[in-house]
Amino acid sequence: MIKKNMRASSGFTDTLVLRQRSGKSWHLAFLASTIFGILALSALLINIVNSAMGYVVIDFKINPAVMAVNGIALGEQTTEQWIQLLKDNLSTGALNKLENVEHLSERSRREIYSLIETRVLKKEVIESWSLYDSVFHKSEIITEYLHMQETHPEAQLKLMSWINGDLIMRSQSSEANTAGIRTAVLGSLWTIFFTILFAFPLGVGAAIYLEEYARDNWINRLIQTNINNLAGVPSIIYGILGLAIFVRVLEPLSSGALFGFTDPTTANGRTILSAGLTLGLLVLPLIIINSQEAIRAVPQSLRKASYGLGATKWQTIWAHVLPNALPGILTGTILAISRAIGETAPLVVVGASTAISFDPTSPFSKFTTLPIQIYQWTSRPQSEWRHLAAATIIFLLVLLLCLSAAAILLRNRFEKKY
Amino acid sequence: MDQLSPVLETHNLNIYYGTFRAVTDVNIKIPRHKITAIIGPSGCGKSTLLRAFNRMNELVPNTHIEGEIIFEGHNLYARTIDPVEVRYRIGMVFQKPNPFPKSIYDNVAWAARIHGYRGNFDELVESSLTKAALWDEVKDILKQSALSLSGGQQQRLCIARAIAVQPEVILMDEPASALDPIATLKIEELMQSLKKDYTIVIVTHNMQQAARASDYTSMMMLAGNTRSGTVIEFDETNTLFTRPKDKRTEDYVTGRFG
Repeated sequence: MIKKNMRASSGFTDTLVLRQRSGKSWHLAFLASTIFGILALSALLINIVNSAMGYVVIDFKINPAVMAVNGIALGEQTTEQWIQLLKDNLSTGALNKLENVEHLSERSRREIYSLIETRVLKKEVIESWSLYDSVFHKSEIITEYLHMQETHPEAQLKLMSWINGDLIMRSQSSEANTAGIRTAVLGSLWTIFFTILFAFPLGVGAAIYLEEYARDNWINRLIQTNINNLAGVPSIIYGILGLAIFVRVLEPLSSGALFGFTDPTTANGRTILSAGLTLGLLVLPLIIINSQEAIRAVPQSLRKASYGLGATKWQTIWAHVLPNALPGILTGTILAISRAIGETAPLVVVGASTAISFDPTSPFSKFTTLPIQIYQWTSRPQSEWRHLAAATIIFLLVLLLCLSAAAILLRNRFEKKY
Repeated sequence: MDQLSPVLETHNLNIYYGTFRAVTDVNIKIPRHKITAIIGPSGCGKSTLLRAFNRMNELVPNTHIEGEIIFEGHNLYARTIDPVEVRYRIGMVFQKPNPFPKSIYDNVAWAARIHGYRGNFDELVESSLTKAALWDEVKDILKQSALSLSGGQQQRLCIARAIAVQPEVILMDEPASALDPIATLKIEELMQSLKKDYTIVIVTHNMQQAARASDYTSMMMLAGNTRSGTVIEFDETNTLFTRPKDKRTEDYVTGRFG
């Protein structure tokens, strides 16, 4: 330490140690907040992963070995033989229902097999455990399984991951064994596509107007205040708005009737288009505010340089303001879209279907989305659905990560090396 | 100076920010193909006056002027005149170098491109950079970012950028105040070589610079007890610095001000 200075005599007190100590305690407080956040997030992830894999006991009412024909085991028979097997064992009504969704002959071999397992062999998950139990209480699981075998001689104990290729490839179904999220994934992607298509150009346009053109008068300040407030409006309110405007008032447009699109199963405006536009309204204020922020961050000196060379306002905006604001605008849009893709409440109000197995094929299709699917599944009493929901949550997170990564790559391309 | 035809003439020019009159009753004539310096203490409206010459003041909301500025026989502030056209013919170089975050080449070529230049861009870029005494330093790195240049080079690039659109007048707002003495000297030499093609008006805080580099000097100061600036003396630089007519000018240029 440096020798005590002579200021002590001139009214200064030596507080360096105290000042350093208070600085250090703030430092620790900030570190603690960060750690708390990380812990909370980890707990969430661990909880989800815990439900998304583990041991299951699978039972068949009919032993697959019985299904062997002329000595050929069920697993080695041709797809045609399998389809015939389905036709022999299912009621006409059930068959028609399946054929309506997709012709049996057009379905994949894998899909037919899982149909046989559920419908003919009556495959059933009779017990399931979490990942934690599967790892740390394995002996108890095995004891329980052996006990079960007394009543279910065909039961098999298997370690399985609920998130797998089948889950993603299969369409929505009312049975946990055959249920998949393809319908919901496609629904989410279609919806978010229309959200971006609607909200991005409109939001950036409004931001350019408010930042570059609008004069500072009371009416523009009022508009600005309203936009800021709209960003905080509960999302369900947007759902009600979407229901009133897109589903009801604009029904001819949102149901596609205006374009001569008639689908007997979609006789109203509860379509992907309505959902996309509703989410678009929801994120519009976010995109406007973030874009304004990005545009405001472009140095005034660049605008001056451009005007000083005799550029018009639009030439200045197009050549200098927008390219420099674009990375910021894209970052804001990524955040807004991430929010939209996870929204559930407004879509429930707008009328997401909870159980459809048709893939969406146009903006005027009925739809379901991943969050709706998760919400639906978590509210069912059987434990298989909760495992499926956990697997779907993981998939939603991965999808979100992919979309963000794509947007960040895009942004980095625009972020000039200069 | 009466025999020289002026490029810019102000008649009873008053400039207002809202209700505040920043510049009062300016009547000066900027001579063609000469360097005219505007000097004076801080806050006396030098830059405001300079920016009025190419209507850059209008970027600040609520600015307006009274009186007129005549450029080649036209009132710059007439209703029929588009400020964009004014800025195209009267270019500007700013206090802090502000190249675009683009390549050196694009910095020079961009403005010509938006004005619909039909000639050879490579030649235009070369001639503009040559006139701005920068060509030899950057001819091999034209595709590099303009932001990789030094401050002095950036400022010369800004001058090259301004002359690429072939204006008649170049306004310079303290172009060397952010530069070191060597870069400042280069800018001053550059101004001398440019004045045969262009009329230059420069605002400067540096009286040696005004004395060294300009042909005419306009001395500004707050008028009376107001906060509004005005031109108190306008003359050939030599005369103004050696035989000032106004006592306040004499005090200022000899350093006895305030």
